Amino acid sequence: MPTDLTSAELPGAPERISGHDPQAGDPVAIEIRDVSKTFRIPTDRIDTFKERAVHPFRPNNYRTLKALESISLDIRKGEFFGIVGRNGSGKSTLLKILASIYRADSGTVRMAGRLAPFIELGVGFDPDLAARDNIILNGVMMGLSQAEAKDRVDAVLEFAELEEFADLKLKNYSSGMAVRLAFSVMLQSEADILLIDEVLAVGDASFQQKCADVFHDMRDSGRTVVLVTHDMGAVQTYCNRAMLIHDAEVHMIGDPEEVGREYLRLNFARDPSGEGGDALAVPGLHARVVDAWLEDEGGVRIDNLEGDQKIRIKTVIEARERLDNPVLGFHLYNADNLHIFGFNHKPFEDEDEDEDGDGDGDGDGEGSVAAGERMEVSFELDNHLTNGHYFLRCWVTRDRQAGDMALQAIDLLDFVVFNVTPAPGVMTVEPEVDTRIEG
Amino acid sequence: MEAGTVTMPTAEVGQEEQSELREITGPAALGGGRKRFLELLVLMSVTDFKKTYFGTMLGYLWSLLRPLMLFGVLLVVFTKILRVGSTIPNYSMFLLINIVLFGFFQEATMNATQSVVAREGIVRKTQFPRLVIPFSATATGLFNLLVNLIAVFGFMLASGLYPRLSWFMLIPVILALTALTAGMSMLLSALYVRRRDTLIIWSVLSMALFYGSAVLIPVEFAGETLQKIMFINPIVPILVQTRVWMIDPNAPTAVELAGGWAHLIPAAVVFIAVCVLGWWYFNREAPRVAEEL
Ligand SMILES: Nc1ncnc2c1ncn2[C@@H]1O[C@H](COP(=O)(O)OP(=O)(O)O)[C@@H](O)[C@H]1O
Ligand SMILES: [Mg+2]
Repeated sequence: MPTDLTSAELPGAPERISGHDPQAGDPVAIEIRDVSKTFRIPTDRIDTFKERAVHPFRPNNYRTLKALESISLDIRKGEFFGIVGRNGSGKSTLLKILASIYRADSGTVRMAGRLAPFIELGVGFDPDLAARDNIILNGVMMGLSQAEAKDRVDAVLEFAELEEFADLKLKNYSSGMAVRLAFSVMLQSEADILLIDEVLAVGDASFQQKCADVFHDMRDSGRTVVLVTHDMGAVQTYCNRAMLIHDAEVHMIGDPEEVGREYLRLNFARDPSGEGGDALAVPGLHARVVDAWLEDEGGVRIDNLEGDQKIRIKTVIEARERLDNPVLGFHLYNADNLHIFGFNHKPFEDEDEDEDGDGDGDGDGEGSVAAGERMEVSFELDNHLTNGHYFLRCWVTRDRQAGDMALQAIDLLDFVVFNVTPAPGVMTVEPEVDTRIEG
Repeated sequence: MEAGTVTMPTAEVGQEEQSELREITGPAALGGGRKRFLELLVLMSVTDFKKTYFGTMLGYLWSLLRPLMLFGVLLVVFTKILRVGSTIPNYSMFLLINIVLFGFFQEATMNATQSVVAREGIVRKTQFPRLVIPFSATATGLFNLLVNLIAVFGFMLASGLYPRLSWFMLIPVILALTALTAGMSMLLSALYVRRRDTLIIWSVLSMALFYGSAVLIPVEFAGETLQKIMFINPIVPILVQTRVWMIDPNAPTAVELAGGWAHLIPAAVVFIAVCVLGWWYFNREAPRVAEEL
């Protein structure tokens, strides 16, 4: 789930899978050397002959945008490698260069083994063709003969659980179905190297479980996987190593736990200008915090929380762009940047329909917040925190169905908890302890 | 992906083969091996065809009838109203074969123009030799042409023409026209990515070319000067020779009409220029189309 950042750190989260651990001596599967990529974005674009005829001597004006700056990296055979970074930091560009969809301006990429179809949100399918034809097309693109590609169709559809939709055109597929199909195409390709860009964000709970199972298997299969995701839990659970890209450069390569922490630290770094209270300056904001505060029982604003009070938090968030099916994730960190807890909230979820109570609310309530509209969200919970300084952060995701990762990290509020009976650890507990003395 | 890696089933590949690093050169017009290119070309043409006519055989028949109907109308105009036609031996067959051949060039280039942009979904997300796209538009057009030619041969026999050995010369005619179509298609499809009025401009230009290719009336009716100019257009000698080989062995040949072999050189230069320019431009743009779409 997109907002579930550090499930690996949460109680009850799956343990770090210990599978095949590629060693430094293993052969290199992907070698990236000094790869740079700059996009030229036309400012006053001349995109018709007519305009060109009217302005024969006007130069094409371009703004350049550095998407990747001298990236060097070795990914070893059998490695599960995570790439994290903010939106726009260049992750997808790097993957597309690896997949031969974009050409690097400079630098070299060398690869050993067969590459699976690149998959990301909104997959490389022809919308006017049925799923069956798309699977064949994909197979032939990978170098299979038509006959071989046809033989694969059933297995792909079966894995994707889309047998009934074999003859449905892709444009009539939901984005979740399309990703399922793509994922299946990729897996059935029997390739050695898999590039996966943010697919975890879409699909229902059962698909996500399936992804998890597949990732689990892939770690042992000797396949090389490069996974781009915002889900730090997934990075920490599956990856052998991870890389943080920041502003087109390699910021850090190393242990997934550390990379995940560094990612959070970077994302929650405060805006030095301090504009908009506690709101953060993340480029391309889709939402902003109008106000956020802590209240006591009587509804009076308080700055800090005394031991026996409940935590009551209210926040007003304004959409800057239309938010479809927004998901708000609230996460509490302590002064050591330890993730204390987190939960997701979907404003349009129909509570009644979520009978299984797992909070994922599959297929129910949809709605959107128009640009400029405000949401007031309030929640209340018992205070089990120990004395200290806490930071509440909010993640806003837009349009979960289509998987658009319009991710916003907002520093909502910080407060101090005081006057709690001192206790070790990060939370207070009231255990019912029973002791029997035997013998 | 290199040619060698893509065709190998992974299971049997030896350790050494797999761990050999190969340089990735990024997207291109070609690459990935001839077999894969041909497989893709066939598949794309077939799916293209399916997309356009799926479930509507009637739609396909209609598309085949279009040149025949155009032929019917023009035949009436030129024989009954303008009466030029009646002075030319076998005018109706001359007109029919010209319409079908030029129709192939026009339709295929028009379809090719938008082809790369229309395949945005796969171009932006998958790796394959980009040249397959405009070529598949040519291939689909070629298929339609062959189906149309069956009708043409029927009409020719019915009109009393006897099969001659020179009918085989239709093969080089079609090859030359296909090369020209492919060259133009490469140029147009790559231009369209950047300039979205390419289609409108080309539809006007190809209409002008229709008149400039002596489709309706033999080129010798144009007058000395105009005829010289028209011979720069490589389609003109192609259609002139088609007439000689297919319809009327006594009709003037391209060499005679141009006034000697030397005067055919401009047409040959234009022909080669279109193909080379098309290839050069497409090849130059291919690595970047995915990011410019
Ligand atoms: N085809 C393109 N044309 C112009 N700019 C692009 C293109 N693709 C990506 N960019 C820009 O390059 C930067 C990196 O993008 P991307 O690799 O998609 O980031 P990420 O996947 O990390 O969110 C962004 O600023 C994006 O706007
Ligand atoms: Mg991306």
